[in-house]
Amino acid sequence: MNKPWIWAWLAAALAFSATLGLTSGRGASELAYAALSFGAFAAIVGLGQMLVITLGPGNVDLSIPATMTLAATLALKAMGGNPGTALMGLGIALSVGVAVGVANYALIFLLRLPPIIATLAASLVYQSFAIWSNRGLRIKPPQDLADFSTGRLLGLPNVAWVGLVLACITWVVLERSVWGRWLLASGQNLRAARLAGIPVELVRASTYVTVAVFAAIAGFLLASFSGGAALNMGAEYLLMSIAVVVIGGSSIAGGDSNVPGVWGAALFMFLVVSMLNSYGAGAGVRNVLTGTIIIGIVIAASSRRIRA
Amino acid sequence: MTAQESAPLVTLTDAARHFGPVRALDGVSLSVFPGDCIGLVGHNGAGKSTLVNLVNGGLPPSSGEVRFDLGETALDAGVRSVFQELSLCPNLTVAENLRISHMELKGFGWRRTARAEIAETLDMVFPDHGITSDAEVDTLSIAQRQMVEIAIGFAPRGQSARLVILDEPTSSLDAGIADQLLQHIKRFCLGGGSVIFISHMLGEIFDVANRIIVLKDGKIVAEKPTADFTRQGLVDAMGHVATETAEAERTGTFGAEVVRTDQGLAARQGEVVGLSGLAGHGQAAALAKLYLSQSSSWRAGRSPQVAFVAGDRQSDGILPLWSILRNMTVSILPKDARFGLVDRQAEQKVAEDWKTRIGIRTDDITNPLLSLSGGNQQKVLFARALASPAPIVIMDDPMRGVDVGTKQDVYAMIRTEAAAGRTFLWYSTETEEVCQCDRVFVFRNGEISAELTGAEITEEKILEASFEMQEAS
Amino acid sequence: MTFLARHRIVLPVVSLAVLLAATFYMQPRAMSYFGLNLLFNLAVPIALATIAQMMIIMVNDIDLSLGAFVSLTACVTATFLQDAPLIGALIMLSLILSYAALGALIHAFDLPAIVVTLGMSFVWGGLALFILPSPGGSSPEWLRALMTVKPPFAPMAVVAAIIIALVTHLLIMRSGIGTVLRGVGGNARSVGRAGWSLIRLKALAYGLAGLFGVLAGMTLVGLTTAADANIAMRYTLLSIAGVILGGGEFIGGKVSPTGAVIGALTLTLAASFLSFMRLSSDWQIGAQGAILILVLTARLIFRQGGRT
Repeated sequence: MNKPWIWAWLAAALAFSATLGLTSGRGASELAYAALSFGAFAAIVGLGQMLVITLGPGNVDLSIPATMTLAATLALKAMGGNPGTALMGLGIALSVGVAVGVANYALIFLLRLPPIIATLAASLVYQSFAIWSNRGLRIKPPQDLADFSTGRLLGLPNVAWVGLVLACITWVVLERSVWGRWLLASGQNLRAARLAGIPVELVRASTYVTVAVFAAIAGFLLASFSGGAALNMGAEYLLMSIAVVVIGGSSIAGGDSNVPGVWGAALFMFLVVSMLNSYGAGAGVRNVLTGTIIIGIVIAASSRRIRA
Repeated sequence: MTAQESAPLVTLTDAARHFGPVRALDGVSLSVFPGDCIGLVGHNGAGKSTLVNLVNGGLPPSSGEVRFDLGETALDAGVRSVFQELSLCPNLTVAENLRISHMELKGFGWRRTARAEIAETLDMVFPDHGITSDAEVDTLSIAQRQMVEIAIGFAPRGQSARLVILDEPTSSLDAGIADQLLQHIKRFCLGGGSVIFISHMLGEIFDVANRIIVLKDGKIVAEKPTADFTRQGLVDAMGHVATETAEAERTGTFGAEVVRTDQGLAARQGEVVGLSGLAGHGQAAALAKLYLSQSSSWRAGRSPQVAFVAGDRQSDGILPLWSILRNMTVSILPKDARFGLVDRQAEQKVAEDWKTRIGIRTDDITNPLLSLSGGNQQKVLFARALASPAPIVIMDDPMRGVDVGTKQDVYAMIRTEAAAGRTFLWYSTETEEVCQCDRVFVFRNGEISAELTGAEITEEKILEASFEMQEAS
Repeated sequence: MTFLARHRIVLPVVSLAVLLAATFYMQPRAMSYFGLNLLFNLAVPIALATIAQMMIIMVNDIDLSLGAFVSLTACVTATFLQDAPLIGALIMLSLILSYAALGALIHAFDLPAIVVTLGMSFVWGGLALFILPSPGGSSPEWLRALMTVKPPFAPMAVVAAIIIALVTHLLIMRSGIGTVLRGVGGNARSVGRAGWSLIRLKALAYGLAGLFGVLAGMTLVGLTTAADANIAMRYTLLSIAGVILGGGEFIGGKVSPTGAVIGALTLTLAASFLSFMRLSSDWQIGAQGAILILVLTARLIFRQGGRT
């Protein structure tokens, strides 16, 4: 099967129909709308994480939640709820993303730290920075920005449009651009890529910046969407970002990524929770099942690999 | 004991091993008797490693039978292997490494026993080795690690070794220590032990083996007592095609010097420079260093300075998930790119062009690279480098696993490119290839021991420079 | 090879000593039985969790579920072990066995440990919520007594840390099976070729991690007297940091139990030190990250000094 993303979409469809089975079909469009809205955030951070994981074994960004929180906090603080400041806020969020990405990569490159430990240690600093700047106040986003992030266009939520546009850009870059080829080659064998003349450090640096920028965008949108930045707003996206990459059919060993799968997996992750909710499962059961599903999919993916 | 004296330790009956469609070993029958020292020779890919893995129980045969006289498994039968690639645990000490392969070491004081046992064996095989048994392996030199590995192979380990398989054991040992090993093998076999000895140093084989087995294409093509072989006969049996290398026309007129390293490695425009010497004496490292210093990890322009052809395909060359096409064009993407996007038509054209020029056997270049045989994969790597506009091409033993016909094609192609002004730096383990170069640097112990030009480039001169003088006899 | 490169333990010891000296300088009253007890109050569970993580890192994997697992064992301790000791003990045993099974599973299917443990963190967290939906429970008397015992000369936490270091040193560095386990991290292939069953060794390493995870949860409840489902979530990061601070490496089986315990003590002390510094609580997490980065930088500098 050379379309591994199909499984994520099938699973999402299954969860969707199982949920609707309970209501005998009512609320289908509401459920789809909610899945697209909430799935968008997971998809955006997932796309970034996918690029990093594509870099090969050991590459992962654990600072995504802290980056989301920091970008959202600083942007909302700067905007102060004033109308007409949305673009400035976005600019600030993007700059935070770039700064975080550069800092992460500097730790990895200069101190030769494993990415896991570098992004982990750095995320503690970002988190502190967010706490310090926010002081526990919850600043509301400007009304126009809040309206945008909760609004819809042609029946689809605006945040989903953002996620879709980013997914399309990522796909084009990965499949058609020189940089994408370089990234995929580096992920298969870093040394061979370097010896083939690929500027591997440039590729690594730009990937770590990209993931941070994606996280910053997701954080900015999420805070606008949910009426303000909260300190723990990014927490669930650490596991989520890795889970959607794996479920979406990208290779955890690197060099092979899968953009449509990330969206399918993001929808699936939301739908499976709403399915369990509608069947009356508590938080405990929900978590256990989510974990089991992730592991089940990893095992299924690996046995597929062994057969091939 | 006398009854067992004549019974074989290991018997292979028509044993074969297939990897998918590849017949790595195609029906081999073989018995190893106590006191035997079998020299196993054959070209790369002849099936030596597969045979070793069947004998030591590392792989089950696809068909046929492998039987041991004692117990069910190779371990029970006292079969030990010393592998070509180092297989010690670098984070453990010498004595602790013995513990890994010595299951009987248990309880309090096992360390003392292990230390004593490994020190004793090291003293026996390599007198004056200077290795302490409490040293962590990653603090040892490559040669010392190899010595430890060999010693663990011969160590008693509770049941005493009966058959020791040595796969290129001398590759990183200097001549003096290699000689100690050969002496030990002789003693070991006199005492009733058996050895299977694999080496590309035919002198060593003739020195220790009482029987030589020649493998070719997964089959035994000759098996005779050593005395019945001559060197030439052995080489012929391996299927070595006596190539009458047409004396390469050396033009002798080259451009300006384009490469000069601190080590003394130099090349002029349009020159084919060979690197020679024994394997693992710093040639590959010198080339990799040269390549890395001439290219950047941060920038890649439209016109790179150097291109690289890897010999160690798995670790330095291929991108295993990709198609032939993508593998071939990965180095030239920026050249035709517009707005950072790959020009896929131009890419396709270049790849098709090189497919025919270098003769890659495939009907579709979008097939996965791994669908090709090793030799054809190597051609893809050649095409990758030659398709790039780089004026300097660095080749790190690029002819491994390439058939003779292709080799000739590639030689011709290199000559044409050189005449057009490209510079080649070419490391090869085969002296015959190096002899076709315009200038040759011979490496010994990581340094250049000789620079040969023109008529000086002969096999004798290269060998002379490869060995320490007193052992060149 | 310099002295520092050869003796990996020196740098962790120096780090701890420097931090301890700085603490005593800031707060001379800490230099007493009672003061030390306060400083290292939570050191025991953290040290045990760090040892658990070390078992996993020893075989070249990483455990992202340890925090959730320790939380779960803490919840079991505060509920079942208190109310029905026999059932509690059985639950603990089955948890250890499931850790071992996880190790076998990861090896058998050649799964990426980082993703599987990520999935398991949902499972453990879900089970913990199931057992203890809201904070509560209580510590068994004997456990409370054990954790508050006042040995002569040195406080409980220090004595316990020394015992833990001693026992695990004997187990991992001195014993035969410990040597083989480290060998798995160093060169799994050759260990397999020597006739060892790698799947059993992996299961053993994971099982040991489970055992120490259980002990960490129990001692934690002994100190806090109550539990909640998120009580030890930060242990995942703390334990990884502790192993690295203690001179361990992510790959190659290069670990040091003594170093890991010292690393855990350093992290505990760092938290106390920062509160002595009257550092605003906003920055405490960040300062931990900064200390981690600093120590790793120091290590890099020493190691490079060793090379030239």
